Amino acid sequence: MPSSPPSKRQRTPFEKGLDRLFEGTTMGFALFILLLLLAIGLLILVQAWPAVQRFGLSFLWTSSWNPVEGREVFGVLPMVYGTLVSSAIALLLAVPLGLGTALFLSENFIPLKIRTVLVFMVELLAAIPSVVYGLWGIFVLIPALKWFLGLFGVSFAGPSMLAASLVLAIMILPIITAISRDSLAALPPELRQGSYGLGATRWGTIFRVLIPAAISGIVGGVMLALGRAMGETMAVTMLIGNSNTINPSLLAPSNTISSLLANQFAEAKGIQVASLMYAAFVLVILTLIVNILADWIVRKLQAKY
Amino acid sequence: MTTISGKPDDIFDAGSLKAKKSSSRNLFNIIMTGLAGLCILLALIPLVLVLFYVFVNGANSLNLDLFTQLPPPPGSAGGGISNAIMGTLIVVAISTVISVPIGVLCAIWLSEFGSDDTSIDEYVRFGVNILAGVPSIIAGVFIYGIMVRPGRPGYSALAGGVALAVLMLPTIIRTADEALKIVPQEIRWAALGVGASKYQTVLKVVLPAAIPAILTGVTLAIARAAGETAPLIFTALFSPFRFNGITEPIATLAVLVYNFAILPFRAQQELAWAASLILVLLVLLTSIIARFATRQKTY
Amino acid sequence: MTDVVLRAKECDIYYGSYKAVRDVSIDIPKNKITAFIGPSGCGKSTVLRCFNRLNDLIESFRLKGKMTYHGQDLYAPDVDPVEVRRRIGMVFQKPNPFPKTIYDNIAYGPRISGFKGDMDELVETSLRRAVLWDEVKDKLQESGFSLSGGQQQRLCIARTIAVQPEVVLMDEPCAALDPISTLKIEDLMKELVQNYTIIIVTHNMQQATRVADYTAFYNAQVVEGAGGKVGYLAEFDSTEKIFSDPEQESTRDYVTGRFG
Repeated sequence: MPSSPPSKRQRTPFEKGLDRLFEGTTMGFALFILLLLLAIGLLILVQAWPAVQRFGLSFLWTSSWNPVEGREVFGVLPMVYGTLVSSAIALLLAVPLGLGTALFLSENFIPLKIRTVLVFMVELLAAIPSVVYGLWGIFVLIPALKWFLGLFGVSFAGPSMLAASLVLAIMILPIITAISRDSLAALPPELRQGSYGLGATRWGTIFRVLIPAAISGIVGGVMLALGRAMGETMAVTMLIGNSNTINPSLLAPSNTISSLLANQFAEAKGIQVASLMYAAFVLVILTLIVNILADWIVRKLQAKY
Repeated sequence: MTTISGKPDDIFDAGSLKAKKSSSRNLFNIIMTGLAGLCILLALIPLVLVLFYVFVNGANSLNLDLFTQLPPPPGSAGGGISNAIMGTLIVVAISTVISVPIGVLCAIWLSEFGSDDTSIDEYVRFGVNILAGVPSIIAGVFIYGIMVRPGRPGYSALAGGVALAVLMLPTIIRTADEALKIVPQEIRWAALGVGASKYQTVLKVVLPAAIPAILTGVTLAIARAAGETAPLIFTALFSPFRFNGITEPIATLAVLVYNFAILPFRAQQELAWAASLILVLLVLLTSIIARFATRQKTY
Repeated sequence: MTDVVLRAKECDIYYGSYKAVRDVSIDIPKNKITAFIGPSGCGKSTVLRCFNRLNDLIESFRLKGKMTYHGQDLYAPDVDPVEVRRRIGMVFQKPNPFPKTIYDNIAYGPRISGFKGDMDELVETSLRRAVLWDEVKDKLQESGFSLSGGQQQRLCIARTIAVQPEVVLMDEPCAALDPISTLKIEDLMKELVQNYTIIIVTHNMQQATRVADYTAFYNAQVVEGAGGKVGYLAEFDSTEKIFSDPEQESTRDYVTGRFG
């Protein structure tokens, strides 16, 4: 019997079903991501519930953390303070440096080939594991700071807000640089030509045309970096000294929410676990606010033009 | 040739075109250029210093024992980190096996089906962005709550792998989504045009075309995961012993660096530097390989 | 007798080792419109961009020969390209307003040049001269992108003349516009030429005959062995002469539409 041409063959209902099955399966996995997010939030909240019931919102402004049995009091204020202050200092240092680096790498100050290498090097800065920064901080940065501050007669114990913030700044700098550079590079070349054609200088063009035009991307990158700084754990844990008190001195030890979690989870029991979960929930909310704010700022600034 | 004639006029002040080095405008430009150059110099100093110390201190303790011996008890010298090297490979393998299928299938829906549907794809993309912004330690807290806390199986290599998988997911989804989108639309039309069904088109034509780029993304995600510590310290925990099954606590390079760095013993600190060197080399190599791999584009 | 504003003398233009234009010598007369016409790749835009040193933005660019502005060598080492561009403005093929308000688009040039006078008045006169004032006077604080393509291009012209340059270079200013906007821009050019010297690059020969006093025809020839084309100035004369009785065969072929 001669074989019939392929075009004559009908697709079986089974084959038609495969198509729907395939789409359904992939969609299931896509929805799984949303489910996962929901599960993260809910699970942490449920596990935190005993602490939420016991301490209520006063958890947020209580500044003692006492896991001794029978006298347990838990409050997360010092860690919120440490999280916000260390992130703020890191931003203060990293934003100008990152933006300057991005500008230098998006303009033609140096030949393209060298620029490509430098871009790659900045990317590497982001790729080095957090725990390696921590190790380096303990054995290189802190001794160096000790020596430097000693020149001015300032005594410095070592683990401190200052050391943690410095390393944090190094770690978020590549994020700011990469996103700022991308948004500057995405600008149409006509903008630059138009400005030069009117007799603007290079830096006049940068400050008055390029940065304003790219501001939404730059601010978005800074917010993203802030979110990263607030959640960064290992390097900070190894350098901040993990002292659960508020001390206005940058040279004194402090603590952040993520460092608290890293330090205490493995040995926590009972209400302490619930309190740590409560602290984790506070961290989730803080980073969520920053990330959503970033989204909102980017959209608002874009709408202007 | 033309009717134009005449000499350059004398009224024009040719000197006004001259650059004035001392003018505030030129000074400003020179200063700003210098400042921007200084920024990149300051940005790269930490990189050089970190790499320098990791290489020097790590290379000092590099020897064969490192890859064959177990860590010594606190206070004594010698030993190696063979169990941590093994452990990192195992935990990362677990997380890859979990996250790659989920991530790639999710990306396939986003790029191949998502836009035909309602706005669910926007929610999913937003969800992926939020997941990428979730601090790594939160992934650890989450898995601790599911798999480790009292009453559950407890610390295990598996729990560590799952926690890392949560962190790898957004990277894999994003890169796979990008990789699938770059595949030209014409290829899909061509496949559909010869009578292939949608799943055949995606699995036999589109996905193979995107595989190199997806692999690059997966490689980078693996490198990143290998250095992650925070999600492991209370899921995989640590173990001074050799691999003992995926339901038992396991040593990893990253956690070893953390644990040994804060011990006051020289031998442990040296092992921490050696482990750091291995981690950094891993990251460096994968970054460079990924960079060269993306340069050779199929399309 | 007409004064010469810009003069190119035996200019060769290179990008890296690639020679794009060879041996251009031309005198641009004051307060006239000069059109550069010719087939694609003949280097007319390249020559135009040399006059205000905008080609400096391209790293591999190199000029051999002499370009003078009122007798002053534009490429002398001590000349500041920023000063050059303030006197010789440029309007581009694609309208390129800044992502700023209409007002700020016009005020941008004067502000960076340190203009100290009445900015509102300058913005208004610039917009009036670009015949855009009546269309935008009620929405000066809206984005420049809210305008139509033709309006955007007139905004860019207004932005250029707000700096009060002496010369305005126009690189195919109507290429992206509809016929009605094109006519508006052409009328505007005829207005402006009383105060400015204008050079316009155009693909549209009717446009050259409509607006230009002088026309330069550029042509390209294939370079043996190099695998590329090099542009050169074939003929330069009054527009009337170029289009009715050109000296060169190639010019006649081009203006009668036989090639290009």
